[in-house]
Amino acid sequence: MRKRIMIRFGELALKGKNRGDFERQLVQNIKDALSDLRETEIQKAYGRLYVLVPTDLSEEAADRLKCIFGISSFSFVEEAKPDLADIQQTALKLVMRKLERGKPGSQPESGAPEGQTLLTYKVETRRVDKSFPLTSMEVSRKVGGFLKAHAPLKVDLYEPDLPIHIEIRQEGAFLFSDAIPAAGGLPVGSSGKVLLMLSGGIDSPVAGWLTMKRGVQLEAVHFHSYPFTSEQSRKKVEDLVQILTRYGGKIRLHVVPFTEIQTEIRKNCPESLGITIMRRMMLRIAEKLAVKYRALAIATGESLGQVASQTLESMLTINQVTRLPVLRPVIAYDKQEIIALAKQIGTYDISILPYEDCCTIFTPKSPKTRPRPEMAERAEQALDVDVLVQRAVAQVESVWFYPGQNKKEFQYF
Amino acid sequence: MIYLDNSATTKPYPEVIQTVQEVMERYFANPSALHAKGEEARRLLEEARRAASRILHVEADEVIFTSSATESNNLAIKGAAFQYAHRGKHLVTTTVEHPSVEQPLAQLVDFGFEVTRIPVDRNGVIRVEDLRRALRDDTILVSVIWVNNETGSVQPLAEIGRLLKERRKVIFHVDAVQGFGKLPLDPKACGIDMLSLSAHKFHGPRGAGLLYLRRGLALSPLLAGGGQEGGARSGTENLPGIVGMVQAMRLTEQQRTEKQGYLERLRRILLDGIRDIPEAMLNSPPDGAPHILNVSFHGIKPEVLIHALEEKGVYVSTLSACSARRQKLSRVLLAMGMDEERAGSSIRFSLTYSNTAEEMKEAVRILQETVKQLREWTEVKR
Repeated sequence: MRKRIMIRFGELALKGKNRGDFERQLVQNIKDALSDLRETEIQKAYGRLYVLVPTDLSEEAADRLKCIFGISSFSFVEEAKPDLADIQQTALKLVMRKLERGKPGSQPESGAPEGQTLLTYKVETRRVDKSFPLTSMEVSRKVGGFLKAHAPLKVDLYEPDLPIHIEIRQEGAFLFSDAIPAAGGLPVGSSGKVLLMLSGGIDSPVAGWLTMKRGVQLEAVHFHSYPFTSEQSRKKVEDLVQILTRYGGKIRLHVVPFTEIQTEIRKNCPESLGITIMRRMMLRIAEKLAVKYRALAIATGESLGQVASQTLESMLTINQVTRLPVLRPVIAYDKQEIIALAKQIGTYDISILPYEDCCTIFTPKSPKTRPRPEMAERAEQALDVDVLVQRAVAQVESVWFYPGQNKKEFQYF
Repeated sequence: MIYLDNSATTKPYPEVIQTVQEVMERYFANPSALHAKGEEARRLLEEARRAASRILHVEADEVIFTSSATESNNLAIKGAAFQYAHRGKHLVTTTVEHPSVEQPLAQLVDFGFEVTRIPVDRNGVIRVEDLRRALRDDTILVSVIWVNNETGSVQPLAEIGRLLKERRKVIFHVDAVQGFGKLPLDPKACGIDMLSLSAHKFHGPRGAGLLYLRRGLALSPLLAGGGQEGGARSGTENLPGIVGMVQAMRLTEQQRTEKQGYLERLRRILLDGIRDIPEAMLNSPPDGAPHILNVSFHGIKPEVLIHALEEKGVYVSTLSACSARRQKLSRVLLAMGMDEERAGSSIRFSLTYSNTAEEMKEAVRILQETVKQLREWTEVKR
């Protein structure tokens, strides 16, 4: 037995000429996300997609579909033959199942015995196949009447507890009751590529997720200062990338050896400018990697005013070193809002593991909160910037992460 | 060899033996160590905890690894008694508990606690009504064995849980050592607060046990030290044992769901064969757990029968193996209202999924023959 899931894409439908590309990308992304589920099939119809999936895998498939950008919502649908009697029977089956599971929202008691208020319903029909002998209104009325005769229900056209939707298409009649909201946004891969600076903290994975939401494919860069930062902190970043693949498909992680640069800055530059210069070095390296891997922008988890390096003055000074757009999707978010998103995405529990990252190890006692570009440039004269950047880029380790690899480190259980 | 003493201990799964060895070799570092090897061992430990919690339908932070069921039971009972003594000093249990519950409770009497033991009926089961009447305002703990290790009697956990649900102060502990992997288990659904398991009863390694401790409860630790296991049980974690145990949990639960009704069928063969033996008395209740069959043969001393069967390759036991070396009547059978002769002559057959129908038939044949022979010999002497 397979279940049919109807997939709706909100914003895509507006995309005019590019719509074909967007749809193709979405189909590909869904295919990738479900590739390890047996007997799963994707069917295209005008303005809709259908996923057919074995009943025992339908929950798992639904969990994955919720994460795919470009899907606005989806529904489990019941199939009927395109004939009135069969549509009526199927509608009744759907309603009875809902009644068994209890009222949506209100009292948990099912079956609505005597004296208790009846559940309300409404039937709405869309007739895509105009050759069907009845009009939409007629179908709604006849199915509605049938339901009322056979189930403890009452009509409410405005706020029904149980909206019953019927779509009559060439391929059959599809019935469903509720739409499960999904991630929205645009299909990943439809808007080009961005390089995400991923620290291991709470903000940067959220920034990555928001970037992907607008259809962007991610690559990620992490700066690793072994032995000041541990293998655990690197593992943590890998785990974060693994989670992000649920939403964005495969992601490549570039780990940059950063120890030399950090110690050079520490040795040769004023302590108060350490963070500023470090960020400038990171951005220089990120730009080099972005060009190399054809990313069109760099994304960071900066939120205005959160820490010393995230003032506007700081951003201006740091931003000077690159001509690529720097996307800062969480710039306007409060910490609590970012945390809420991180929990929703599933990165929060990993992000809060207490390992040092390169941004925390050499924190100066009194960092400059308003560094000026000239000050940074002057201080950097003590460094051989180009050589340091080149050397770091040459030693980058790059690893692909794929969805569903799900970090099964141990095979015993 | 026909091994029918699986309630005493089981043979470890070959996979588990391999796992234990592998973990000893590869993940020998201390899970508390900060370096990468220690970190790796810690990840393995926590992965084991998560896997165990999924099998038990509880949360990962509700799983405490111990060295044995004896330790789990001691920790649960003494740990809870000392932790919550300010709320009351009355403890309730049954008359058919395993010594590892009975003895810590007896110890607690010396510390000013009072223990009430609920009697059982002829099937070895308590009446929940009796339990209800035993509860007092100062009752802090109820400890009940799920599946009795001698007879296979099953206590009504869900019903007890419902009764105790109204009494928030009372902690509900279950010794689930014999039931796990044989009957379905859902601690939360039964309102259980603490639950003990032992690895070697389900083909895991010796020296590994588990205690489920509901979130929000604390235990006064028996072993104080480095603060491992959330402070409830200090001591460097026995990682090979733990990993082997959790793997065995998974394999056993898999067998339980795949081999529904299998143990019942084996037990039925044994039971039918035993019924053909004159003056054989069944001590297990008809609706008990599917893997334990307790029988007395009139006029035959259990140790004589055990050795006679052993010579023919059939391994069974008497009483609970822990007390078998002492000449004692079965407390459990006496509590079920059986006379001293019967309580002193019981034999226990205990099964597991690797036993086969052929083994049962062979065991029946040998048993019938042996009992007959022993009776002939003793009659001649008379």
